[in-house]
Formats: sequence, structure tokens, C-alpha cells
Amino acid sequence: MSDDAPENDGQQFDRVPATPDEREVEGRASRQEVLDWWHERFGIEPAVFEGYSFWEKGAGKVWIYNGEATDPSEVEAIGMTFLRTRQEHWKPTGRAVSRFGRHATKNVVELGPERASRFAAGEDQDLPEWDGDWGYLIATHEVAGESVPIGVGLYLYDELRSVVPKGSRADLPVVE
Amino acid sequence: MNPLDRYESLVDDVDAFRAACDRPLPSVVRTNEIAATPARVREAFDEAGVAYEAVDWHDGLFRLPDGNPGGNWPYVHGWTHGQEEVSVLPGLALDPRPGERVWDACAAPGSKTTQIADAMGDEGTVVANDNNLGRLSALRHNAERLGITNTVVTNQDARNFSLKPLAFDEFDRALVDAPCSCEGTCRKNPDVLDQWTLDHVHAVAGIQKGVLARAVQATRPGGVVVYSTCTFAPEENEAVLDHVLDGEDCELVAFDLPVETDPGVTEWDGETYDESVTRAKRIYPHRNDTGGFFCAKLRVGGEGDDAVSDGGAADDEEVAA
Ligand SMILES: C[S@@+](CC[C@H](N)C(=O)[O-])C[C@H]1O[C@@H](n2cnc3c(N)ncnc32)[C@H](O)[C@@H]1O
Repeated sequence: MSDDAPENDGQQFDRVPATPDEREVEGRASRQEVLDWWHERFGIEPAVFEGYSFWEKGAGKVWIYNGEATDPSEVEAIGMTFLRTRQEHWKPTGRAVSRFGRHATKNVVELGPERASRFAAGEDQDLPEWDGDWGYLIATHEVAGESVPIGVGLYLYDELRSVVPKGSRADLPVVE
Repeated sequence: MNPLDRYESLVDDVDAFRAACDRPLPSVVRTNEIAATPARVREAFDEAGVAYEAVDWHDGLFRLPDGNPGGNWPYVHGWTHGQEEVSVLPGLALDPRPGERVWDACAAPGSKTTQIADAMGDEGTVVANDNNLGRLSALRHNAERLGITNTVVTNQDARNFSLKPLAFDEFDRALVDAPCSCEGTCRKNPDVLDQWTLDHVHAVAGIQKGVLARAVQATRPGGVVVYSTCTFAPEENEAVLDHVLDGEDCELVAFDLPVETDPGVTEWDGETYDESVTRAKRIYPHRNDTGGFFCAKLRVGGEGDDAVSDGGAADDEEVAA
């Protein structure tokens, strides 16, 4: 029926609305909210994402795309996975953090060589010394003199959980 | 029969050719400059004690004599991608620019797609297509790992590719890195030589002709199409070019590659091909100690507003004008 509210079709890419006011599909994050979230959580300026468009496919998975807009119903993918919404705590993807995490100014936890290797291997570790926020953090380590994001960690009860997906875990020697 | 026997009449030094084909190839990685510079990768390798050798014709390539290209931090950070040296050549010939619209017709698992996106500074649009959904999932994994955001992935038969899902109706450049008999990968996978049949060569040549013709049609006048295979078989190389030169509005152009190459052949097995196929490049394993490869660059005909600028050929035109 034509006056039904549009629903999220989990099989196709749909561009997210610019603002919450323009939202037509229930529960879909807006561009404004996505930008605000990165800014509030990690201090990443919205300007970093200027020129990129955001798309939803699946329940709450937001993708970031830098090419010309397409008719997304007939494509397999546009750009890369970026953020998981439609849940209480939004969760950045490891790829998003790896690509854009260097712009973060807060909720970044720098790990030493041994901890960095354990993190990349998917191990959880005690980290009582962290006195910042709980929730999703960007874990970084130093490579040849510069800090580099490794992936997403979840900090709860003095523990840093590695949420590096199984397929991306790596057994790496400790580089001192 | 070993299919390499067929090429003894084409190569200058049969012994060197056969000896090179028998030697295994080292692991090689390409720097993903979206994420890091070659200098950063070198520093990270040095710091971690990863052995590497530079490749003299490309500062972003590193040979890893100890193998295990995925077992180090630069890989985990998406700074590097495992890719054979010769596999980098079609992307250099294509020479895509930031902001362009580029079609990678046979793209999976995405080594060249990701190289193209990198050369474009992740700006513009790369359409990565393959008819094999399983291989496309490997492409998507690679593109994500390298942090690429300007790529659309489609799953079509490239021979009748439709641009309908796209925001534009022609490409500036297209790459046809065609399915082939893979003879040139024998240094990595000697089985290809045992599985080789002439029937397969002819069957795959039919697909190659269809895809290359579609790529020419889908590219704007003055645009560039690059055709590449990892095989020596003229049936899959010069014969495919000859067929498409006949049927479509395009020409082969001269271009430079930073390795030693041999010209395309105009005669094979009783057939003769258009003289201009000599502008295509054969890469034999003994010349640069690489895998085997074939690469050709075409310019699409018709009224181009601006011929895509490229290397030697364009410079010659300017001198003549
Ligand atoms: C040589 S591989 C491509 C390698 C890829 N360009 C890279 O650099 O990673 C050839 C690809 O062509 C695909 N292919 C075969 N027939 C096709 C067709 N008719 N349309 C589109 N893709 C096709 C195969 O699935 C295969 O992935």
C-alpha cells in the first residue's frame, strides 16, 4: 500500500538521510547522527568525512563510499563497511578505524609491543590503568615512530577485549 | 605435451626461457599508498627484522625472500598486498587518474582493482566486476583490508555488462584482465601445465573476445582499454586483439612498461594478425625473472573531447600537431 512507511530492505543499499528529520525508514541512522557519533566518541572532525556518502544495507550496517552514487539495488557492495548502528552502542568497524582512526583525539588506547601483538591475535587483556570511558576504543601501537590504529577494542571492567574479527586476527612477533 | 614447447619458436633463448619457467617465484608485496608510503613500509620491515629486497623498477614493490607476506604488521595494517610483480604492469599501462570512472571487468580477487583505486588516490569510481560470486567475496575482503572506499562491486557477465546500476553511462578507462590458460603462472603453480588443453585455450579465447569488445563499447571515445593475460598463447592474446580491432572502433597504441618486453607476434599457427599487434607486449619469465604475462593498450576511437593523456604515444601526437 502506498501510504505504508518505507521499510529497511536488508538486501539492498540505501543512502542514509541527511538529518533525523528527513528519515523515512524507521531506525535508520542519519548522516548527521553518524558524523556526530564519530565526533563525540573519538573526536574525529566531520570534515574528515566530507565528500563521502553513507549507505545502509542489512540491519544497521552503514557503509562509507567515495565514488559517484549508483542505483544501489543492483550492486554487491559500495565502498567499505564503516559502522554498526541499530543497537544501543554503535560499533565502528575495524576497517573504518584502520583507515580513519588516526584522526581520533580521544578514546584511543596506545598499547606497548607485547600488548599490541596479543590484541592483534584476538586476546582479551587486563588493563586496570585505563581511566577513560568504557565501551568501544581505538587500540593503537607505535610503528617506526608513529602511532597506528590496530583495531577496535571493547573496554569493560578493567579489561580490554579485542574485537578483531576472527578472519583478521594475526599471530605476530612482538616488535620492540 | 608441455604447452611451453609451443613457444620455442617465439623466444630468443629457449634454454633461458625453460630454465626460468622451472624456477619458483619469491613472495612479493605491493605498497598500498592509500595507507602508507613505501618508505614507511621499509621502516616497519626494518624495525621488525623482516627481510626484503627492493624491486628496481617499482619503489612500492618488495620481494620477501622468507615468504609469509601476511605475517607482519605492515600487512595487518593494510599497508601491503601480496601481488606478483608482473601483475602490477596492467595497472601501470592503464594509468588511471583521481576522479575518473574506471571499469575492472574481470576483477576478482582484486589485486588490480586495489592497485587502480590506490593510483586514483581512492577518488573517482572504480567498478569492480566479476561473474564469480565466490571470488568477489575475496575481492571485497581485500578492498576492505586495504581501506578502499571508491569501489562499487558488481556481479555480471562482463560480455554483456550493463551500466544501468551506475551513475554514468561510459567509462574513462577499462581493464580486461581476462580469464586465461594461465601458462605464465607456472612458476607459482606448475599444475597449470599439466591441466592445459588446446580446447580450453579456444573456449577461453571466445570469452576474452566478448569481454574485450564490451570493454571497448563501454569506454568513451578517446578512452583507454588495457587487455592483459598471464598466458603466452597467441590464440588468447594477439588473436583476441586482432578480432576486436576488426569488430570495434579502437586502435592499439604504443606504451612503455618499466621492464624488458618482446613485441606481440603477427603470425601463429598459420594465422596472421594485424600489424599493430606488435605494439602489445609479451613478458617472458627469463627477461626480468618474473612470471609470464601479456599486456596491450587500446585507444577507443570516435570523437573524443580529450584523448586520455598517456606516455609515449600522446607525446608523439603533440609533437606532430
Ligand atoms: C585473471 S582473473 C582476474 C584477476 C584479477 N584481475 C586480479 O588482479 O586480482 C580472471 C577473472 O575473470 C573472471 N571471469 C571469467 N569469465 C568472466 C565473465 N564472462 N565475466 C566476468 N568475469 C569473468 C573469473 O571469475 C576470474 O576471477
